[in-house]
Amino acid sequence: MIFPFVWRILPGPTALKVFELLVLLAAIVSVLFTWVFPWIAADILPPPDGTVDVTPTP
Amino acid sequence: MTAHETLPSRRSRRGGDGRAARPAPRRRQTVGGAIVSLIAELLIIAGAGTGLYVVWTAWWTDVVAVKHQTSLVEHLKQRDTTGTGTEHRGPAPVLAEPPNVTDVFGTMQIPRFGKDYDRPIGEGTDREKVLNTIGLGHYQDTAMPGAEGNFAVAGHRVTYGKPLNQIADLKTGDDIVVRVTDPAKKFDVWYVYKVTDSQIVTPDHIETIAPVPNKPGVEPTAEDRWLTLTACHPMWSAKERYVTHAKLDYWMPASEGTPKELSETPK
Repeated sequence: MIFPFVWRILPGPTALKVFELLVLLAAIVSVLFTWVFPWIAADILPPPDGTVDVTPTP
Repeated sequence: MTAHETLPSRRSRRGGDGRAARPAPRRRQTVGGAIVSLIAELLIIAGAGTGLYVVWTAWWTDVVAVKHQTSLVEHLKQRDTTGTGTEHRGPAPVLAEPPNVTDVFGTMQIPRFGKDYDRPIGEGTDREKVLNTIGLGHYQDTAMPGAEGNFAVAGHRVTYGKPLNQIADLKTGDDIVVRVTDPAKKFDVWYVYKVTDSQIVTPDHIETIAPVPNKPGVEPTAEDRWLTLTACHPMWSAKERYVTHAKLDYWMPASEGTPKELSETPK
């Protein structure tokens, strides 16, 4: 469904498609690393921060 | 089924517009099969996303934070010091506590953590502003280095540069060398602390960072010049805290030399 669809809409011969796919993956990973994951870490799943506090931090 | 009727006509159209017809037409999919493959693909994407998140937490945050922390140390412009100066054991010069959270006022070196271990210390223990970026954070309103009381510092044990990753390796007598630098005030002093003990507590034990550790309410004397490190325990968990205490051994103006501890290899 998704994967064959992406493969079909990428233009050009197979070699170019492979290259485009790599660029696409790199773009997705950099968006995740730059914006999505920091947001998840800060607001959804705060990692332990190592401080002692009156109210225990998660 | 409509799929049966439309597919051959599409194929014939393609063949008819001059381009070569595909030798092997796509396999026909039932609705059920399409749903199953969609779910399978979504699961693959979710799995890959989760895996990437782990990579980001365990590796990428370290890459970013270590780079930033190294630049913060350079930004302090601490000049290389030479020779071994006098070890002063009297009342120490103390820098006033910086007014703003994130102010970087010094560095910490711990020979047990490696020869290259040299991390900035920022004011405050705000997770986002200090611990995730600067690394080591000074609990506000606790003593400054060299002062009577408890210079308390928090840091991540994993992720974000993990400044206190090896805290559990510290042994009694190990050296913790702090250098406080404020070029504007011409202030540049080394403080050498020796580890006394470590404890594992739940995060509500704030008496570990009391002016006299574990004796809340007791006024510190000239003998009570403490340093306390707090980090997560066990690793990757927020359940408990690993707390290490150290006591000031001596101080030395950076203009006089370098503490010999920095060139020694811990046993």
